[in-house]
Amino acid sequence: MPRRDDIESILIIGSGPIVIGQACEFDYSGTQACKALREDGYRVILVNSNPATIMTDPETADRTYIEPITPDVVARIIEKERPDALLPTLGGQTALNCAMQLADLGVLEKFGVEMIGASREAIQKAEGRLEFRDAMVRCGLETCRSRLAYDMDEARAAVQEIGLPCVIRPGYTLGGTGGGIAYNMEEFETISRDGLQQSLNHELLIEESIVGWKEFELEVMRDRKDNVVVICSIENFDAMGVHTGDSITVAPAQTLTDREYQLMRDAAKAVMREIGVATGGSNVQFAINPRDGRMIVIEMNPRVSRSSALASKATGFPIAKMAAKLAVGYSLDEILNDITKVTPASFEPTIDYCVVKFPRWAFEKFPTADSTLTTQMKSVGEVMAIGRTFKEAMQKALRGLETGRSGFGERPGVPHVPATSVDAEEVRAHLATPRPDRIDWIRTALHIGMSVEEVFDFTAIDPWFLDQLAHLVEHEAVIVERAKRGLAGFDQEFLRETKALGYSDRQIGKAVGKSEWDVRAHRKALGVLPNYKLVDTCAAEFESYTPYYYSTYEAGEDEFAPVLDPATGKRREHVMVLGGGPNRIGQGIEFDYCCVHAAFALSELGYATVMVNSNPETVSTDFDTSDALFFEPLTHEDVMNVVDRVQPRGLIPQFGGQTPLNLARGLEDHGAPMLGTSVTSIEAAEDREVFAKVCTELGINQPPNGMASNFAEASAIADRVGYPVLVRPSFVLGGRAMEIVYEPKSLERWMQKHAPQVAEDRPILVDKFIEGAIEIDVDAIADGSTFMIGGIMEHIEEAGIHSGDSSCSIPPYTLSDGLVNEVADATRRLAQRLGVVGLMNVQYAVQGARVCILEANPRASRTVPFVSKAIGFPLAKLAARAMLGEKLHDLGFTREIMPEHFNVKVPVFPFNKFRGVDTVLGPEMKSTGEVMGIDRNFGAAFAKGLLGAGIDLPRDGTVFISVRDEDKRYVIQHASRLAHLGYRLLATSGTARALANNGIPVERVFKVHEGRPHVLDLIKNREVKLIINTPSGRLERTDDRQIRSSAVQFKVPCITTLAAAAATIQALEWIHKQPLGVKALQDYHPPKAR
Amino acid sequence: MNRVPRKPARLVLEDGTVLTGRSIGASRDSIGELVFNTSITGYQEILTDPSYRGQTVLLTQPHIGNYGVNGEDEESSRLWLSGLIVREACERASSFRSGGELSAYLIQHDVPGIERVDTRQITRRVRSGGSMRVLITEDVTSPDAELVARVRNAPSVSDEDHVLAVSTKTAFDWVKGHESPFAASSPGAARAPSRRPRIVAYDFGAKRNILRSLVASGFEVAVVPAATPAAAVLERKPDGVFLSNGPGDPAILHYAVAAARELVRKVPVFGICLGHQILGQVFGATTFKMKFGHHGGNQPVMDLTTEKVEITAQNHSFAVDPAQLPDAVEVTHVNLNDKTVEGIRHKDLPVFSVQYHPEAAPGPHDSLYLFDRFRALIGELA
Repeated sequence: MPRRDDIESILIIGSGPIVIGQACEFDYSGTQACKALREDGYRVILVNSNPATIMTDPETADRTYIEPITPDVVARIIEKERPDALLPTLGGQTALNCAMQLADLGVLEKFGVEMIGASREAIQKAEGRLEFRDAMVRCGLETCRSRLAYDMDEARAAVQEIGLPCVIRPGYTLGGTGGGIAYNMEEFETISRDGLQQSLNHELLIEESIVGWKEFELEVMRDRKDNVVVICSIENFDAMGVHTGDSITVAPAQTLTDREYQLMRDAAKAVMREIGVATGGSNVQFAINPRDGRMIVIEMNPRVSRSSALASKATGFPIAKMAAKLAVGYSLDEILNDITKVTPASFEPTIDYCVVKFPRWAFEKFPTADSTLTTQMKSVGEVMAIGRTFKEAMQKALRGLETGRSGFGERPGVPHVPATSVDAEEVRAHLATPRPDRIDWIRTALHIGMSVEEVFDFTAIDPWFLDQLAHLVEHEAVIVERAKRGLAGFDQEFLRETKALGYSDRQIGKAVGKSEWDVRAHRKALGVLPNYKLVDTCAAEFESYTPYYYSTYEAGEDEFAPVLDPATGKRREHVMVLGGGPNRIGQGIEFDYCCVHAAFALSELGYATVMVNSNPETVSTDFDTSDALFFEPLTHEDVMNVVDRVQPRGLIPQFGGQTPLNLARGLEDHGAPMLGTSVTSIEAAEDREVFAKVCTELGINQPPNGMASNFAEASAIADRVGYPVLVRPSFVLGGRAMEIVYEPKSLERWMQKHAPQVAEDRPILVDKFIEGAIEIDVDAIADGSTFMIGGIMEHIEEAGIHSGDSSCSIPPYTLSDGLVNEVADATRRLAQRLGVVGLMNVQYAVQGARVCILEANPRASRTVPFVSKAIGFPLAKLAARAMLGEKLHDLGFTREIMPEHFNVKVPVFPFNKFRGVDTVLGPEMKSTGEVMGIDRNFGAAFAKGLLGAGIDLPRDGTVFISVRDEDKRYVIQHASRLAHLGYRLLATSGTARALANNGIPVERVFKVHEGRPHVLDLIKNREVKLIINTPSGRLERTDDRQIRSSAVQFKVPCITTLAAAAATIQALEWIHKQPLGVKALQDYHPPKAR
Repeated sequence: MNRVPRKPARLVLEDGTVLTGRSIGASRDSIGELVFNTSITGYQEILTDPSYRGQTVLLTQPHIGNYGVNGEDEESSRLWLSGLIVREACERASSFRSGGELSAYLIQHDVPGIERVDTRQITRRVRSGGSMRVLITEDVTSPDAELVARVRNAPSVSDEDHVLAVSTKTAFDWVKGHESPFAASSPGAARAPSRRPRIVAYDFGAKRNILRSLVASGFEVAVVPAATPAAAVLERKPDGVFLSNGPGDPAILHYAVAAARELVRKVPVFGICLGHQILGQVFGATTFKMKFGHHGGNQPVMDLTTEKVEITAQNHSFAVDPAQLPDAVEVTHVNLNDKTVEGIRHKDLPVFSVQYHPEAAPGPHDSLYLFDRFRALIGELA
């Protein structure tokens, strides 16, 4: 039976901002779903607050609402659009939770909206701990012994019965927020209390510990006819106890006999049926006791997930697209496999390669956070690698991570052969406690002669995996031996063998003391080239029509074929787009968005687009996005190999963030044709001396600054320009290691800490820090002859807070026209001077009437998708076309746009995942994602932004205010407005006195050391609804820190700057006046006839 | 860890391709008909499946041997295939079920094998060129041309009657059901049988899991040699007859077709794989050799009576041509990939068969219902 005709329009809820546990994978799945449903003629209505997504492009859905994903707002959209159905399974836990709330509130019933894909009952059964356990019992499957608890007393009773260690899992959270393993009662109390806070239904599951068991996941699909297929099996390298999102995972499962695997498959089918997911994809997680094979069902997600994105990329089977098709009535046998084009989708993919996923963490951003990996996910991104063997895939993943290492055996600062004097006890301790660097300790352990058995005893990682790694350690010894003869030691046979084990040119180079380019030349001379193989869902049983490639160095056949023009049969000109690799803080979905736009734009121009990327969560690595996809690490070696094979007309490095830019120089020097702004110009903007000259020449003010390669130089510059100064390494993104220092001691401390990264060719930048300035971000676009402004954003927080962590508004909401024009003019002239072809981002600080340029980056910026949506023009697309010679005027971008409505961007932070980490903002970026709020009024737009970012705006109740002395004068008028709105005000002594003296009703509350009940007690008792707490710039006050960290724990919005307080009060004033309206993007920017 | 050094070996294809890898099995030359199997798990079941006699099996999953070998997963008492081709043979198995390493198992059973060759390239050759003969040898000195000539001059493997070679020489009773804790639960097992019907199972190369599944479905099973005449079977007064899977070309098995022709009019008959091809011939159809057959655990088959799709385990190089099937025989199952016949049923006689392997081993358990269907068919008549 084909599609359902009784429904005509479908509402899809996205997953909102990127947070830990919910990243671009839901843009990938949502975009696929929108495309699939519209192909079938359905009207698709989309709501998602995240502007940096392809799904919120106005072309993706019929009606696009960039609005907060809250039940209220979505209800208003439902009322307006009257969809027939709601598909809740493609937007992660956010969409599922929102859909459940809409159902509970009776909204769906009221407007006659049918939930498709998964019913309310099925979601309840899968998500409710008790319901799930009962369901498993009904289908004869084992789960962990467990007890539910709804308060601390019940939790304590439960642990008496279950015993320690135990696992604590809060209900209805994502990424395991709030969960953990408790080994003692103290940990138990802490984790349980936290879990109760985080859980949407205040529910905890206290569970027997199966730490050390093997962990598996099956991705399952079911259709209306009850056909069930398993798309992919995934085995975790890390044993139970580490969240799947923080585990290295491998596809397909490697260590199960067929008998064991088939029983797991039977169980997954039974779970799917018992839970009652009618159609679509789900994943089921299992634990297996390695000693006797006892199988336990851990959980199932009745929706597409991060794992299903991984499974889709690992097999070539587009799970989300299929899930959408199945939800509207198709059965699997009625849909063709996109890759083979002749066989149906009702089959199980089989793969003839090995896939390794490796998580990427961001602990360098949160040095005080506990980096132990537990059941709560802490990674911010992941890299996937494909090789013919596990060893090859593992090494590709490690070099794709971009943490400076180029494989299993090599890391900067670590000798090729670790010292044998390592303390074995220390090694064992590191093996036993999983942290991001455990893989290095495994190598060390094997290297100092620990047996696979012993490493297994401490890690519980399956000996099969460990033996594979042992093989690499053994081969390294041979490499080191051979390297004594230099490159001559690497004859064709040995080099081929080494490369097939996944070793990179850089690793070999390090062993022989040569550059990776030398190794490359030697390798090419010997004819040791990679072969490109296809990902085809069927292990070559059928012909594949989708050019989705991975490289392998095994000797054999290469399957690459250039993309031909279907009309003429001639080879099309190829253009390569370099992606951004794994998500991290500072480089994520925004850059993937730009890469995808480049691919779309160039395809429209008739080029064959070739995407190179290694991030499985993204739209860019959907095989539908480009004409050919190379799933490869972004390194010189891997990219140059693709260049050699594809022979492109050019490469676009400026869209994927800092990753491809860092490669640009090397690629160009070795003959890769680069498109867009020249590499020299990119370097000119980064090189302080050159850039200072350019600014002087153009008459643009710069804060006094200098470049240093050691402490003495830095100190001299700081003395010259005067403290405070902003210090940072060059060539980084996301403000990595950027800090404001107020005195020489701090500068010295900073230099010591970051000494390894400072070098002659990578100096540090020292700028005079302008205090209390307004920061402005400008995105410009240019075609080499026309230089135009894309958007001018006024930051809400003052300069000094990383632009990625700052809220901002288009158009500027406090700046004069004169200032805006001055900034626009400076930007245009700078773009012209640098010869920009493509995009450029410039940041300014405004103090009074004086404008200073802070930095310029001739590349796509994080704000490009936000600006594009604010002005209604796809900047990245236009830029890509400009890079291939088209002119902006011919492309319809004839005038700069100052939108009439306010567009506010609000960042989202991961503080709730890192207990005790201070939430105060600074020049080092810490946010993982952002949302957009759009409205005619600034206050309303900002209110939407805050709501979208998960900040609950209280309509009444108590506001706690505590500000530093400098702010006391200014907080008075804010407080007065709050009082006027009817809020009860609380303040600590100093602030209270300032307010009372100005006739504002305020109650004084104790600081922590002043007695009880103090402010923390009030926060914990949920008596405070909003906190305004500005930290002192120079000295950290423990009181402030405790307040902020309690605020995170108890989910009380906490504002740390006066500027943000002012904007928030505007938002509060608006919501007191009238309810927030909703408006589709298509109504803000009616589709232009093109 | 000291790894066992593996000798270089060569793989020589009939089409002239010569690849070098490493020997992982017995140190002798072997020529077989090359087939590829796309199952991700279950190499030991494949190695011990008698249907592979005369064939050299390439496994597309690159890592083979990961979980070792054990007694429980054997589908017959020995290895029957001519040779094994893998990308990488495991050197250190990991499984609590493991009782030995793959490589040692191959050597113990005198089966040559080769690793570290581009198995995907070879698979693509077979896909485009059809199945061909292949040589595995540790001879690394002879010129390529000489080796290629050896393969080309070797006798065709499909002329030989492999069934007589693999079949039991004497009749015996099979009494074991699914004793392993790692076995599928049979759909019919829960039902308390009032009486265990007696069936005779022809062993054309039967996999143990078929016999186990029959017992688990409530049958008493007597296994007879492939060439047993119908009369001898009927003397046992069976409630039904089962025709097993087996190796080779079904068109040369005149004795089996003759026996089955007699049996179908007298007792209910169920056939799997080769048994299905024999029944096809009984009803007047011919069989044909497929380009490269179906070998794997992910083949989608639709049961036309329910329109449900089952994911099936398959291992066959020949298929029944439906063109000559009489009206009295209906096609009940088709392969959704290439629309070939996967199951037939006689409209008047209690006879049905499937081309694929409901007993799985290795493969999904989606089709176990067929054993129950056989049980129900006999039950109705009893």
